[in-house]
Amino acid sequence: MTMIFGVPLAVFMGQLTLGLVNGAFYALLSLGLAVIFGLLKIVNFAHGAQYMLGAFAALLGFRYLGINYWLALVLVPLVVGGLGMLMERFLLRRIAHLDHLYGLLLTFGLALIFEGTLVNFFGVSGARYATPEVLQGGLNLGFMFLPTYRAWVLVAALSMCLFTWFMIERTRLGAYLRAGTENSQLMQAFGVNVPLLITLTYGFGVGLAAFAGVLAAPLYPVSPTMGSSLLIVVFAVVVIGGMGSILGAIVTGLSMGVIEGLTKVYYPEASNTVIFLVMILVLMLRPSGLFGKEA
Amino acid sequence: MTFAKKTLTASIAIAAAMAVSTANADISDGEVRIGYLADMSGTYRDLAGPGGQTALEMAVADFGGSVNGAPIVVFSADDRNSADVGANTVREWIDQRNVDMVAGLVASSVTIAVTRVLEENNGLGIVSGSAASSVTNEHCTPNHVHWVYDTYPLANGTARAVVEQGGDSWFLLTADYAFGHALEADVIKVVEENGGEIVGNVRHPFPTSDFSSYILQAQGSGAQIVGLANAGSDTVNAITTASQFGLTQSGQQLAGLLVFLNDIHALGLDATQNLLLTTGWYWDMDDESREWAERYYEQVGRMPTMVQAGIYSSTMHYLKAVEAAGTDDPETVRAKMAEEPINDFFARNGRIREDGRMVHDMYLAQVKKPEASTGEWDLYEILSTIPAEEAYRPLSESQCKLVQN
Repeated sequence: MTMIFGVPLAVFMGQLTLGLVNGAFYALLSLGLAVIFGLLKIVNFAHGAQYMLGAFAALLGFRYLGINYWLALVLVPLVVGGLGMLMERFLLRRIAHLDHLYGLLLTFGLALIFEGTLVNFFGVSGARYATPEVLQGGLNLGFMFLPTYRAWVLVAALSMCLFTWFMIERTRLGAYLRAGTENSQLMQAFGVNVPLLITLTYGFGVGLAAFAGVLAAPLYPVSPTMGSSLLIVVFAVVVIGGMGSILGAIVTGLSMGVIEGLTKVYYPEASNTVIFLVMILVLMLRPSGLFGKEA
Repeated sequence: MTFAKKTLTASIAIAAAMAVSTANADISDGEVRIGYLADMSGTYRDLAGPGGQTALEMAVADFGGSVNGAPIVVFSADDRNSADVGANTVREWIDQRNVDMVAGLVASSVTIAVTRVLEENNGLGIVSGSAASSVTNEHCTPNHVHWVYDTYPLANGTARAVVEQGGDSWFLLTADYAFGHALEADVIKVVEENGGEIVGNVRHPFPTSDFSSYILQAQGSGAQIVGLANAGSDTVNAITTASQFGLTQSGQQLAGLLVFLNDIHALGLDATQNLLLTTGWYWDMDDESREWAERYYEQVGRMPTMVQAGIYSSTMHYLKAVEAAGTDDPETVRAKMAEEPINDFFARNGRIREDGRMVHDMYLAQVKKPEASTGEWDLYEILSTIPAEEAYRPLSESQCKLVQN
């Protein structure tokens, strides 16, 4: 049997695949953060809670309204994104002219309120969300058994990432957006409604988090605290990729998933910390992140 | 009525009244006060929580609501799984409300803090929810009793039985903190002593939500048995992931070392079928258990866990001891409780040892296949009984200060 650093090739390939699946999650979540930070300069600490709201909305929508998985995948990001727009319009906008720290505190406070309220009603044990029938079962890849749902997560998350990148970097709307954040007064002079653009962008970033939440619902128990542990990792990914870099968030998300996956084979005890080690190294050698523009 | 008869009646009445008042005089404040301390809102809510309080109140009601004429009063509080909150609550209960006995006690960290307060203040506690066997080992006190189960029989029961049934190659998935390490050490010892082999071992960070990588390693190890030396959400996550990756379908077997009925109910039989586990009690194990469980179900709408049943059983035993001793003085009651063997719907061949451990028969169970289950709560099949004297850590290995070794 071929061995790679003392691990059979099949196991190695399997871990690589799983790393990519997890990495796709990181990419999707850090992408939302990067869009919000890069374009609006808001450090969105409510991102984890918004991801959790996405999973909860899918669960409750199914339980009480009979909304199926596929419909939830479309509706939930719209609903949670809409909630995000309300947050931006009525809360974040009021402090937009202040230091970034205030936005961080506000979003962190909101995250605590969302989590606390749901803990009060649903407890913390978490509930199961059934995997949609077509995605049950698994694929035999030769070197591993890959559950179909995880393969789907990889495809769906990556497609969404590419779609977002394309929207922002390659379309007219994206160009408006980038210009609006660069020089909003000039854009307004050209007749573009910049405040509306900002509200929509925040809503879009939140919608991405909710989309990730719906994807996660069949994988992990849906509980009010599911977002808070993930948020810190995702922030580290954004820092490594370079704050605000769209492409950086995608590439770093995927590669961090793989690095974490391989750590789980070679030294599992460190798998929770390895991303932060990489973050420290990157901050020392390239403070603006791997894909960030030099400040 | 003649004068003689009147005098006789009056003196009997006075004597009876005196008898009651002497009994009452030994019950502090004329009331038996029980404090129920448990996680009422967090991770451990479903295994003890409000259901445990209902079980306790059932015991009080079945006892008649009073002991020798002294009414039984129940207080309750949420410890929020915090040792500080738990210890402060119990201190207040003892100082200001003269609580005679503290019941419930779930998270081991809370229990160890509370039993210290009980020892300082000469109170009495009955621990029903905690897992750590150290509660009656290095942390034993003369002021508490540990009722339902602990980590020793979990490892000893499940691991030994699995090896004896031919499952002699193991892969261990351990939560990387004190509880997991202790359980892991116990399991390795038991497996190797019985001629089995540990072919692989992963320590995962606590808590972990994504177990896919570890499950893949377990599959790759070729071990017959994948042992889960973790608890709560980690166990639930690991089992969910194992089912997604078809671990049991491909011929490997999971061994859950700490699994509660509510975990299996939440996970469903598809994900948990064939899981082996050790339990202190199961609602459907015989007529007596079923009868009590049905009564509980009528009030709560869920079947009781072993912890909730243990709370009823221990409260009943406590109240009987108070009645027999004629006092609620902790030391006397504790001694009286130890004198009487325990045989009720919950405990078989039960007795309280000098270290405070209530040893009783434990059971090796297997989770049913979905097609074999006839109802929502028809989840386990009891495979064998682990006799009380074999299940728990022998006193000869005890580090408890109350045991002469």
